[in-house]
Amino acid sequence: MSRKIALFYAAFWLAILVPLLAQTSTASKPSKAAEHRSSHANATDTDRGERVFQQNCSRCHNAPQDFPSQISGTILRHMRVRASLSAADEKALLRFMNP
Amino acid sequence: MLIPLLSHVQTKWRTLVLLAVSAPAALSCTTAQNVPFISGGAGFVTSTNGGNTTYIPVIAPELVASLGRHVLVESRATILDSFFPRGQSGYDHDAFLGLTYLQADVIASRHLTLVGGEFLTPFGTYNERLTPIWISNIEAAPLIFSIGTMGTASSLGGMVRGSAWSNNNVNIDYTAYFSGASTNQQFNAERSAGGRGSIYFPRAGLEAGFSVARLLQNTHENYAGTHLWWHPDGSSYRIRSEFAHAPHAYGYWVEADYRLARFGGEQSALGRLEPVFRMQQTFRSAPDSEDGLPSADTQQADFALDYNLPHEIRILSSYSRRFSSTGDRNIWQTGIVYRFLIPTWRGK
Repeated sequence: MSRKIALFYAAFWLAILVPLLAQTSTASKPSKAAEHRSSHANATDTDRGERVFQQNCSRCHNAPQDFPSQISGTILRHMRVRASLSAADEKALLRFMNP
Repeated sequence: MLIPLLSHVQTKWRTLVLLAVSAPAALSCTTAQNVPFISGGAGFVTSTNGGNTTYIPVIAPELVASLGRHVLVESRATILDSFFPRGQSGYDHDAFLGLTYLQADVIASRHLTLVGGEFLTPFGTYNERLTPIWISNIEAAPLIFSIGTMGTASSLGGMVRGSAWSNNNVNIDYTAYFSGASTNQQFNAERSAGGRGSIYFPRAGLEAGFSVARLLQNTHENYAGTHLWWHPDGSSYRIRSEFAHAPHAYGYWVEADYRLARFGGEQSALGRLEPVFRMQQTFRSAPDSEDGLPSADTQQADFALDYNLPHEIRILSSYSRRFSSTGDRNIWQTGIVYRFLIPTWRGK
């Protein structure tokens, strides 16, 4: 019984602590990028589209490595329904995918 | 075995084929970016549960087509053949061919999308977001998956959904649906109603939400659930969790995955590796042989190691240890999945 509990809790703490450790070790790069972005008062739609992509699409799945541009509008409409994207986010994302 | 099955679904598939063929004509007025596409996954998975190994070749195509500026038609099907041990020697097999969903989405306004047809039941997050074989980190669904999804995981009726309010800091979205009962083999659904609301803070990468559902046939039952996801900005790891409660059982799962992208980037040999941990528990409060959950209190720890190869190929492997008063067991799973994404024509 004790072995069972030990295994169970080991898994639990691995699930929680590994990401937390990873967070602290990788936090520097994104924060610099964020500072860089925030220093530009007028962020372009492409910047916003990239952020929307990172914040919404990659929550569920890895991005396709490549896809033809002629289907980008259909992909976005699909994502708008699935991820409940706002209309503004959809437009920004479209510009990001078709710079 | 597959031939009689095909005859049952012939009519429905004819509809899909017609849709695929007629979509280009209907879309002649759309822009070059709105070409319909066929996406999906094809794979081969194995599952060894309690010493018995099952082999499953599977393909799950998905068709998505825009009809004008406001209408989207989408459908996913699953075609698989399951080879499992037959007694002492040899293997038997069981083919399955079925529609997962077939829905039309009408984007009515900035805040409202109307959905009609057969759609994935919006309870919790797993059913809508993580069931595709090219997305899931672990092949097996969580133990509480059947809570709130009415056993069929699909509903037949109407749904409203959308982003109720959003700005750069927060996004509040909602979903509400009603489903009629159907015993049709391809559109199997229970009479039910429910909804989900969630709030997402994009800067923190934090999402929290709740789901409710009510079964409206036979014994009327209520289901409730919550979910909490965390995907820190600029990071390649994610924590996802859900809790769900039903009259006869309840439980939760917590899953963390971390792609080792900091070791040379996502395309490096090590950066393609993705360890996954999932913890889950279910608690039985009353007997119910049909709710899809374990018959006794169960704890399960899942350890997975996925590898993201180039050209959209993923190798999945996992080991699970299940503890229960009905017997402990090991579950091993492996798989290789290829994700495809093909325009239906070249476009202008």
